[in-house]
Amino acid sequence: MGIKFSLLVVAALIAVVFLGVKVVGMYYVFGVIIPYLAILTFVGGFVYRIMNWARSPVPFVIPTTAGQQYSFPWIKQNKLDNPSTTAGVIGRMALEVLLFRSLFRNSKVELRDGPKLTYQWEKWLWLAGLLFHWSFLIIFIRHLRFFTEPVPGFVHLADTLDGILQVGLPGIYLTDGLILATVTYLFIRRVVIPQMKYISLPADYFPLFLILALATSGILMRYFIRVDLLKVKELAMGLASFHPTVPEGIGVMFFIHFFLVCTLFAYFPFSKLMHLGGVFLSPTRNMPNDSRMVRHVNPWDYPVKVHTYEEYEDHFREKMIEAGLPVEKE
Amino acid sequence: MATVPKPNELVIDHKPPQTGWMDTPVVFRPGTWCYGAKTKNLKALDLPNPREWSPGDEDWKLPENWKEIILEGIRERLEKYRSFKIFMDICVRCGACADKCHFWIGTGDPKNMPVLRAELLRSVYRNDFTTAGKLLGKMAGARELTMDVFKEWFYYFFQCTECRRCSLFCPYGIDTAEITLMARELLNLVGCNIDWIAGPAANCFNNGNHLGIQPHAFKDMIEFFVDEIEAVNGVRVEPTFNRKGAEVLFITPSGDVFADPGTYTLMGYLMLFHEIGLDYTWSTYASEGGNFGFFTSHEMMKRLNAKMYAEAKRLGVKWILGGECGHMWRVINQYMDTMNGPADFLEVPVSPITGTRFDNARATKMTHIVEFTADLIKHGKLKLDPSRNDHHRVTYHDSCNTARGMGLMEEPRYVLKNVCNNFFEMPAGTTREQTFCCGSGSGLNTDEFMEIRMRGGLPRANAVQYVHDKHDVNMMACICAIDRAVLTASMNYWVPGVGITGVHELVGNALVMEGETERTTDLRGEPLAGMEESEDEDL
Ligand code: HEM
Ligand code: SF4
Ligand code: SF4
Repeated sequence: MGIKFSLLVVAALIAVVFLGVKVVGMYYVFGVIIPYLAILTFVGGFVYRIMNWARSPVPFVIPTTAGQQYSFPWIKQNKLDNPSTTAGVIGRMALEVLLFRSLFRNSKVELRDGPKLTYQWEKWLWLAGLLFHWSFLIIFIRHLRFFTEPVPGFVHLADTLDGILQVGLPGIYLTDGLILATVTYLFIRRVVIPQMKYISLPADYFPLFLILALATSGILMRYFIRVDLLKVKELAMGLASFHPTVPEGIGVMFFIHFFLVCTLFAYFPFSKLMHLGGVFLSPTRNMPNDSRMVRHVNPWDYPVKVHTYEEYEDHFREKMIEAGLPVEKE
Repeated sequence: MATVPKPNELVIDHKPPQTGWMDTPVVFRPGTWCYGAKTKNLKALDLPNPREWSPGDEDWKLPENWKEIILEGIRERLEKYRSFKIFMDICVRCGACADKCHFWIGTGDPKNMPVLRAELLRSVYRNDFTTAGKLLGKMAGARELTMDVFKEWFYYFFQCTECRRCSLFCPYGIDTAEITLMARELLNLVGCNIDWIAGPAANCFNNGNHLGIQPHAFKDMIEFFVDEIEAVNGVRVEPTFNRKGAEVLFITPSGDVFADPGTYTLMGYLMLFHEIGLDYTWSTYASEGGNFGFFTSHEMMKRLNAKMYAEAKRLGVKWILGGECGHMWRVINQYMDTMNGPADFLEVPVSPITGTRFDNARATKMTHIVEFTADLIKHGKLKLDPSRNDHHRVTYHDSCNTARGMGLMEEPRYVLKNVCNNFFEMPAGTTREQTFCCGSGSGLNTDEFMEIRMRGGLPRANAVQYVHDKHDVNMMACICAIDRAVLTASMNYWVPGVGITGVHELVGNALVMEGETERTTDLRGEPLAGMEESEDEDL
């Protein structure tokens, strides 16, 4: 159900832009108005979500300690998996964000007769996840060449590195293939693994289909249904410099691609894709395990009802005296 | 009480059912849920809605406006805990956590996958707190809070041991234990705790410990073990109680005072302290290291934990030493100072024997007994004869809380390797930070829950089976009072022939004490290796 629904939504999105541009001719709407709205929604939504999370305090120090604690000089602390300093936390977070450290621990349990359990090597999700995200990032950076003049060095660098295969295969970007392959993998495991299928919601399929359609339209445009890149750059620069124009004669393929990007941007802050922001704020990862060393204050701490020693002694005094236990009041 | 099927008769099916999880109702089958909290225990703790009820009943006797109370409770917690808010929002359902939970592995029930356990609550969050959920309903994974949903919460959030194994594998650190904590707080808002948690918490609040041992009895029980020690090695140790001016206050879970095999660990503590001449006292008021409040709510955790500092202050000790316990140490490490500190009336713990300053406890002023002992051994302050543990072939179980809520992993191994000659690790992936829960943590160690406990204990037991087969391991050491009680049951069920011991029981066995008579038995009265002969002669 989730699959069909998500597919339908993506198909509808493509139909809308196709009709809108091709039949109705709403170039300005799809080339200027919607992109601006999407970016606004993205930035506004993103900031709102982060602020909203940040508004809730972190009352307790609850890192998941994933290695040896700091105790004695003669016991080696695992400074990255169980950091006790800010530097350690930065290291841990860098590993999480750049290399998906936690996902790298993944394994797969198998139940045999007996019952007997075995734990299998399972790094495919980690690998596919990592390649997918890095491809996405590099593709994103490469696209900045449309929005900048002169094009900054790091964008050129991304372009060159990504085009490393172009020596033998002209015009091929590594990430184009990788993103298609990895998104396909992420989709397939969702439908093939019974547990994955069981937990998946439409909101899990939709971004995958959207990104798949997005990447496919981009690749089609680059290799098969060419559009005039100079004009695309003109449009992009116009948007970036707040002097929007829509040059005539850009193919409809571009508008499909561009509209899907806008959809992704606008959808982003309201979806699970916000894990991009959330991972940085996750208290089990971004806190040092130092709560025995440094006092952490809970901003909403309040006094609670306790059973005092006096009440305790009042209750048990006779018995305590009889047992020879010292008491405050004889 | 329901009987538990034999190990080879347990059916475990990892295939999810045909019906979607929102359309699969929960069945309260005996052996798979815990009894509801009794009126008197809820009253003792001033918890809402005290009444006679059973989770097996149709009518749970909730207040008329229960739904409002719960939704308001969610709202309040979203405002108070960033963890809760973020964990409600960012799960991508990648499934990395799905097969990491011992309860899923042992039951195959998809709602025991951490991700679905969280979705049980998340679906209601979406419905009432997000725009997408309000607009799209089920399409957005949202569903209304109904009595059936509420019962499902009770069933599955008391089928999570808050072990945090799932959080280790989650790419965003989503900690289902944290979500369970919130869910249990919500359930408690309308009086739906389990009695195995509410009872001990009530006892602890009024009598000082979970078992409700009164002061005079507490003293008696410990003195009983003084006699037991004397019977083993002729040394008479002299513990003191509620003594003002002692240097150190010692607090351990009351389970160690009450039930085998924890009591042997207690004997180990007593012997160690005597041998090094530690100036310490027990307290009958703060006679509980554990904290079943932790399994109820943050507030209850704070209420019970408050006694530790209050008693340290009253007695005027310099610092606190804590015994072997799992969740007790997660509370001390991650919550105590924030909740009941600052402990500015105490001093940074310094070992009076070695002079080591326990810098890692400089704020809480509370040191773990295993850290303390490891330091003693490192400095050569203990005379140890590890051959006295030669009748044991030992492995070590990391308790979830000391592993994933603290990171105490090397210290116990260091102690073990110094007090016994035969030590074997269980397979990688089942120890240290990846350790498996005993199956009965977080207050679920009750008899009526035995079937799920044994199922949840399967992954741990399986790893033990491996070292039992491969290295003849016959003893599993641990540093947790709940472990000592429940792993004994789980081993009897899954791997008969493997016993459970605390680390300090083995220390007690190996400790060569001044003035001791020749040892022929260990603390349990079982003959030492090579002594079986002389035992026979005595007969
Ligand atoms: C700090 C940045 C980020 C981190 C650490 C991160 C991490 C992850 C991880 C570990 C997964 C689960 C593995 C997987 O299913 O592939 C995932 C899933 C996903 N991420 Fe990210 N991510 C980040 C940013 C982004 C961004 C910017 C996007 C933008 C499109 C994105 C889109 C996705 C999607 C669509 C999935 C779902 C894949 C599926 O459904 O199986 N992520 N992310
Ligand atoms: S590992 Fe984390 S993100 Fe993945 S399904 Fe589990 S809780 Fe969600
Ligand atoms: S905390 Fe432990 S018991 Fe609870 S869902 Fe996670 S793995 Fe399962």
